[in-house]
Amino acid sequence: MARVIVDVMLKPEILDAQGQAIARALPRLGFSGVSAVRQGKRFEVELDGPADEAALSDVRKMAETLLANTVIEDFTVTVAE
Amino acid sequence: MSAARVGVVTFPGTLDDQDAARAVRYAGGEAVPLWHADPDLKGVDAVFLPGGFSYGDYLRCGAISRFAPLMEELIPAAKAGLPVLGTCNGFQILCEAHLLPGALMRNAGLHYVCRDQGIRVESTATPWTSDFAEGQELVLPIKHGEGRYVADEATLSALEASGRVVFRYSGGNPNGSLNDIAGICNEAGNIVGLMPHPEHALEDLTGAPSTDGRGFFTSILKKLVNA
Repeated sequence: MARVIVDVMLKPEILDAQGQAIARALPRLGFSGVSAVRQGKRFEVELDGPADEAALSDVRKMAETLLANTVIEDFTVTVAE
Repeated sequence: MSAARVGVVTFPGTLDDQDAARAVRYAGGEAVPLWHADPDLKGVDAVFLPGGFSYGDYLRCGAISRFAPLMEELIPAAKAGLPVLGTCNGFQILCEAHLLPGALMRNAGLHYVCRDQGIRVESTATPWTSDFAEGQELVLPIKHGEGRYVADEATLSALEASGRVVFRYSGGNPNGSLNDIAGICNEAGNIVGLMPHPEHALEDLTGAPSTDGRGFFTSILKKLVNA
């Protein structure tokens, strides 16, 4: 049993309107010193077996096919401790 | 000769299928209901992908709908030349299915926008817009939270250079779309997607801002009858 994390973030050149709204809200709440916020998605994928190379390759395929829209988003795949 | 048959797709969460079907009938065609879970196009001559919130817009708008059993039939048929029009959520589904380039993202102002919107027809070279005049100004309802069209620079300049920007917002950009893009088509021109709703602009009786939506349906029906 292993858990694999897929982080999905908008590509840097894509305007993140939600992240900007969060960044604008922070000073009002008393949090200073934040120059920018970008919002993304995190998926925790529970595997039946170990996170070996074959399983990770499958998760990458999942990410490419469904979890991320690679037209606008990048993703990273990591194995949870 | 029997009426041209236009399929209207219903996913769980689709809202505008009844208006779309009515618009097809209004223009003199036969509206054929297509069900997302049924991989059968029922021999239709064209397909309308209506708006709504298919699959609850979970993950991303259109991301799950694109894998519906019906789409397994629709995607190759559209690539082979079947005329397909996607409005609003239908446009989002066409982009997620990679039948159209780019993507639709959260409106730049973050607000859901529901209003009557000026739209300029930029191309009449598609089977869905041939009844319009180039440069014609339409007023159509828009109602969406995720309508900001984005694409990388190469895609955008290719769209512009090849006349594949079919509609542009006029009198103000409601959602921050790049180049004021309201609708685009694929290279062959048979697949068109746009955020505004022609199926809601059919008759004065319903309080529609115009009857400009009729042109989409008369365009496709003429095309099919003459085919």
